[in-house]
Amino acid sequence: MSDPIRDPVRFVDERTSAAPLMRKALRYLFPDHWSFLLGEVALYAFMVLIATGIYLALFYDPSTAKTVYHGAYTPLDGETMSAAYKSVLDISLTYKAGLLIRQTHHWAADIFMVSIVLHLMRVFFTGAFRKPRELTWVIGLTLLFVGLLEGFAGYSLVDDLLSGMGLAIGYGVGLSLPVIGGPMTLAIFGAPFPGNTHFFSRLYIAHVFLLPILLAVLIGAHLALIAARHHTQFREGPRTTERRIVGVPMFPAQLPRSLALLFFVAGVLFLLGGLVQINPIWQWGPFEPWLGTNGAQPDWYLGWLIGALRLMPSFDVTIGHWTLIPNPFWGGALFPLVVVGVLGAFPWLERRFTGDRSVHNLADRPRDAPNRTAFGVAFLTWVFLIFVFGAADRIFVLFGLSYNTQLAIFRIGIWVIPLALFFLTRRLCRDRVAAERIDAEQKQAEREAEEHARSLTAAPAGRAP
Amino acid sequence: MKAWQWLVALLAALLGRLRRGARDTDAAASDSESAERPRIVPAGSPERKAENVVLMLLAIATVFALGFVVTYAEFAPSALPNELLGICLGMCCLFIGVALTVMSKRLVVTEELEDDYPQANPEQQQEIAEIVHESGSRITRKRLLLGTGAATGGALGLAALTPALSVGPIWDTRPLDQTPWRRGTRLVDVHGRAISAADIEQQTFYTAFPEGADPELIGSSLVVIRLDPAKLRLPAERLGWAPDGIVAYSKICTHAGCAVALYRKPLFAVVEANNALVCPCHYSTFDPFTGGTVIYGPAGRPLPQLPLMVDALGGLRAAGNFSARVGPSWWAVRNKPT
Amino acid sequence: MMRKRTPAVGLGLAWLFALGAAVVAFAQPRSGIVRPTTEPAVPSAGLGAELYAGNCASCHGIAGAGIRSPRPGAGDILGAGPPLRGVGALAPDFYLRMGFMPLGNIHDQPGPEQERVLFSDTEVRSIVAYVASLGSGPAIPQPRPSTGSLAEGQQSFALRCAGCHQIVGRGGFVTGAEVPPLQNVSATKIAEAVRIGPYLMPRFSTTQISNSELNSIVRYVRSTNHPDNHGGWSIGNLGPIPEGLVAWWIAGPLLIISCRMVGRRRRR
Repeated sequence: MSDPIRDPVRFVDERTSAAPLMRKALRYLFPDHWSFLLGEVALYAFMVLIATGIYLALFYDPSTAKTVYHGAYTPLDGETMSAAYKSVLDISLTYKAGLLIRQTHHWAADIFMVSIVLHLMRVFFTGAFRKPRELTWVIGLTLLFVGLLEGFAGYSLVDDLLSGMGLAIGYGVGLSLPVIGGPMTLAIFGAPFPGNTHFFSRLYIAHVFLLPILLAVLIGAHLALIAARHHTQFREGPRTTERRIVGVPMFPAQLPRSLALLFFVAGVLFLLGGLVQINPIWQWGPFEPWLGTNGAQPDWYLGWLIGALRLMPSFDVTIGHWTLIPNPFWGGALFPLVVVGVLGAFPWLERRFTGDRSVHNLADRPRDAPNRTAFGVAFLTWVFLIFVFGAADRIFVLFGLSYNTQLAIFRIGIWVIPLALFFLTRRLCRDRVAAERIDAEQKQAEREAEEHARSLTAAPAGRAP
Repeated sequence: MKAWQWLVALLAALLGRLRRGARDTDAAASDSESAERPRIVPAGSPERKAENVVLMLLAIATVFALGFVVTYAEFAPSALPNELLGICLGMCCLFIGVALTVMSKRLVVTEELEDDYPQANPEQQQEIAEIVHESGSRITRKRLLLGTGAATGGALGLAALTPALSVGPIWDTRPLDQTPWRRGTRLVDVHGRAISAADIEQQTFYTAFPEGADPELIGSSLVVIRLDPAKLRLPAERLGWAPDGIVAYSKICTHAGCAVALYRKPLFAVVEANNALVCPCHYSTFDPFTGGTVIYGPAGRPLPQLPLMVDALGGLRAAGNFSARVGPSWWAVRNKPT
Repeated sequence: MMRKRTPAVGLGLAWLFALGAAVVAFAQPRSGIVRPTTEPAVPSAGLGAELYAGNCASCHGIAGAGIRSPRPGAGDILGAGPPLRGVGALAPDFYLRMGFMPLGNIHDQPGPEQERVLFSDTEVRSIVAYVASLGSGPAIPQPRPSTGSLAEGQQSFALRCAGCHQIVGRGGFVTGAEVPPLQNVSATKIAEAVRIGPYLMPRFSTTQISNSELNSIVRYVRSTNHPDNHGGWSIGNLGPIPEGLVAWWIAGPLLIISCRMVGRRRRR
């Protein structure tokens, strides 16, 4: 008798012996909490990025050769521009559905990074990075930073006014690295900014091949490690323990949910791509090294770096007339290195502080680890405030708060506010836990009293024959 | 559109009915088998209402997907509304998502199962170590072999990386020092026209380039302004760099390489801020009177100044190279004339 | 006929007006406008002189002589303003019709945050006529943006204006001042600003920007009122800041709602 499922399974199993693995995968358990889905959102945004990116690659031309534009957009008619910029203008304004795909691609990049950050916060505040999941955590962080580079490469490829300014800053930060800065940046660009003719094809290969492959491999490793160790789970009832996981199986329960999420993510991205304009490059015009526009900003996920670059006081480290460490190093290189270093080392730092070396499969509620939660809040606030200062010029234009005043407030605030929040958060967590303990003790006492009372009233009846 | 939707929904519902009939016979056939073995996935009660909802949702999604195709085909490229395309594709995905959500909540058996968390395997760990150790019993000079192997591997790695040196002038940072400016190079504007000193007015700024050189080079572009010679406070060694108060600075910020595209000048200096060149990226602000010194913002060194001279015909020319290296600073950049 | 008056007579008249107006001005609320009791309906330099004396002279000096060192003037305004002789009709027309003048405080930036026009059209014309009569100066420009080229305007704007005004004319920040956005500014006002260089803005003369190039710039700037927003909701034509806000505050919540819908916590 033929069976539409069993026959192909038999075919595969007879040739691979993969049936036990498939059987196991079907019944792989997912703990049941919405916050575990944030990482999946990032995965699906990545899928949309790949799909839309392939379409864009059909039309994009990674060449800085100069052409004169005579296309659909009249305000740029007759302007000399790179073939790269012209090809993106054509994608946006000439090829059917090109703009939808380009905008969806850009939104997907922004939201890929949003969901990674949300996912990172969930993992951090529930202590899900602890043994045995430190490697998953480190790979996840690497994904965040590779994603950041990938995004930077992506919007730099357009070669419009904003992207050119961003590349200039990237060049400046690259040069500022001590010792290796000059040679390394020259090697990448092939020549001083804006680089030689090879630079754009290098950037292109990085954006469409090297970095996506790296991302895909890292995502694969991330998922494999999760599968090997399962998700953490919240303590819900007596069945969830450090040794036993309770959840719904991949098939049938989880599959339609995950697919639904995939379609929700794609739906939101396509709606944004259709309805909300992102990076209207035809309005920015072509880049030349001598041009600049006010209010130039990077995409949001690099905003913390521009904030740090703007916040730094004016100084290079010099000896006589020799510059040792140029200024952009502090905000553009050291700052992100400190952030990734602290986050990457956090599982081991925490172990050092708490002396807790045991395996943890149960996720903490944030209040259960007051020190960690307080540190996380303070650290994120620190980065967030620096990020906000990156928009200080727009804040001034919108709200009239002078740039100078903001500079003074932020230079103090980025240290004082996180410190204050550290102590406040720790206090709140501890109070909350203490209140719960009192509550629990009270209930326990009430229960005991009730039992006692019951035994008292039951006893005479029991004694009487 | 509405009639369309109903039609598709009806069709889908009909199809669903046929399929369900088929499944019922399937179930009957396998009943005899299941009598022997217990079910793996527990049986749930059918929910025809939910099925209808799912079918309806999928039908609507189908309409949106077809709508995308129609929109794409119907409009000319210049009139194609991006919004409509996005709505079609986005709503199609959202409706599929909702259909799947309804399925997962109402149609799919949701079991809650338990499983062991995987544990470490101390025995196998031990065995792996033993296998590797015992396999080396015939080798006497393990350290020497390992060391030599590592050295060979390192050398091969080095050899493999060597071709990468061709990507750029590794360890030769001289290109960073070079600019197209020489004594006598004529200043031209963005259209390549020579700039004469008489053209340069006060209260405004000009972007200039070296004649005959690539304007995109980081050492090319200049910002040229005329200042009141009486107010100039240039360093002593730059005497004569500013004929008639005309000064020229590199247009590339010494902080991170953006164009110093902002020039502010007071209309009425008594109450307004003084002249300054400003970079829009991080708001480094330079004083053109004092040789481009930093008066605000993060830049760590002054804007390089280009000495100017006026030729016999009144044209502006460079009188030498910049006062310092152009562009963002790097390790061991010397802030002195070349 | 007023315009033909000799400077000496004008000076004398203005001095008288100033004296008279100063008395009235002290009774006026701060930054209030001083008007003659019976105002003629037709613009005249005579009316302009009266209004000038009452409202402008405390900073710009008698008959536009300018005041370089601040001193208290009418309405307690600390006076110090540039001389107005030779600015022609150009500058007063721009400053008064943009509402930049009169200033409440000499250290204020004449700019968009005080966007108010305190004089009637007749009054503005009168003051413009009066100030123009103080010395020979440029007339009000008459740009014809329709004759300009959008592409030339874009290139010129990118080279000279975008650094401060942002490439789509959304305004911005230069250390020391706010840069106004350029939407809803009339063609004449744009042309005037280019030729005057108000406050910290550079001044571009006809040798640097010819009248025909100015037409192109004006055309481009006017086009930024309705930039080509093919892609949907423009979110301000500002670039990544509003985009980031949309990503975090619109897409973010939508996706969290999706997660909650799909993976609702089991209720026991």
